[in-house]
Amino acid sequence: MALTREQMAWRVARELRDGYYVNLGIGIPTLVANYIPADIDVMLQSENGLLGMGPFPAANEVDADLINAGKQTVTARRGASIFSSADSFAMIRGGHIDLTVLGAFEVDVEGNIASWMVPGKLVKGMGGAMDLVAGADNIIVTMMHASKDGESKLLQRCSLPLTGRACIRRVLTDLAYLEIESGAFVLRERAPGVSIDQVRAATAGKLVVAGDVPEMSFDDPPR
Amino acid sequence: MIRRAKLGLVFGHSGSHVAGFDKRVGSNEEALAGLVDGMTVVVGGFGLCGIPENLIAQVRTMGVRQLTVVSNNCGVDDFGLGVLLKDRQIRKMIASYVGENAEFERQLLSGELEVELTPQGTLAERMRAGGAGIPAFYTATGYGTPVGEGKEIREFKGRKYILEQAITADFALVKGWKADWYGNVVYRHTAQNFNPAAATAGRVTVVEVEEIVAPGMLRPDQIHTPGIYVDRLIQGRFEKRIEKTTVRSR
Repeated sequence: MALTREQMAWRVARELRDGYYVNLGIGIPTLVANYIPADIDVMLQSENGLLGMGPFPAANEVDADLINAGKQTVTARRGASIFSSADSFAMIRGGHIDLTVLGAFEVDVEGNIASWMVPGKLVKGMGGAMDLVAGADNIIVTMMHASKDGESKLLQRCSLPLTGRACIRRVLTDLAYLEIESGAFVLRERAPGVSIDQVRAATAGKLVVAGDVPEMSFDDPPR
Repeated sequence: MIRRAKLGLVFGHSGSHVAGFDKRVGSNEEALAGLVDGMTVVVGGFGLCGIPENLIAQVRTMGVRQLTVVSNNCGVDDFGLGVLLKDRQIRKMIASYVGENAEFERQLLSGELEVELTPQGTLAERMRAGGAGIPAFYTATGYGTPVGEGKEIREFKGRKYILEQAITADFALVKGWKADWYGNVVYRHTAQNFNPAAATAGRVTVVEVEEIVAPGMLRPDQIHTPGIYVDRLIQGRFEKRIEKTTVRSR
């Protein structure tokens, strides 16, 4: 069975460590905040200028002046700080964020990522994504393995305009967790009940399968 | 380089004193006097948060056209900078995110609007650099992507960077929370966003705030934008529309 969006978020949350400053992108990455293990503390950075993003406000706490990068109303947690966009991207570009999680349209075996436009069809703009992928060492891309049309999103070479070049090393999809090494996707974990052949069939870029590839376990509590 | 315009007029409330450091003006017309067709305007805000609502409305009222607008987003279809887009007052937009603005995306795809999509951090830094007298800077952001095409590339310590140009503007439109007469500005929560950088990048910087207080009422060590950057100051009333109200269930 392919992972649900919630299961994907839960799996990514297992990569969090105590004391991490983390930037979560829009979509599935945002859900990761719901699965932060109880025994660790992380600070969520929102690139519009908030470090220490808290949960959504109660209805009577909604404040138009306090939003996240997805333009949703949020709160600031205890110990939060607020600053300008220039300062926010100084901490991003300067490599101070411990983990960045973001979505993508395509990723390829060279670690290239495309996430901001489909020529002639869809222009969202890159927002902060280009800065995030250029500034972070530790990035996890979370996305569906295939597009809505069934096309693989893990390619030998990205077909869409790039967001960043040679910057992605880890990808979590609804089918698998993969790492990008030496020009290939290396299959590290499979979603429960998903076979290696299924992953192979769904991956257009070069796939390396080394030894036993364990299934993800959703019985263990998050570390 | 910004040569700060010496205002030829005395903008004061009473008109009976020399303005000196008193940046207050009495109306939105005064606040944007001198803004004409073809100018470049940098505007603070992120989405609809921290946008200078009243100054944008004044630009619409003035009907100036052929503007180059620099702002992270372009509002929504019927609020914020979106209204200038709808009225076709904007010739060129420099922004990082088209996002949910259908009219922006339509004008972009049809070629009616010239758009320079700029990564968000690069956009903030281009404003900051412009205000700080730095004409250009190198950044790794956008290298190897369409953003880097045609730009100078240089390698530092084994990594490739592209040269990005600073941004300055004829006018900067800024939204603050509180300011004193001298134009020392404090922002509230994440309504700060692009406003401090925008405030530095205007030849004429106009700030609208929720409350103007007497000098001495704000703590000097808590000022976000020092008055030296501010030319005109006005108090406004704000709708503060929320793009996406999200709440938790209790």
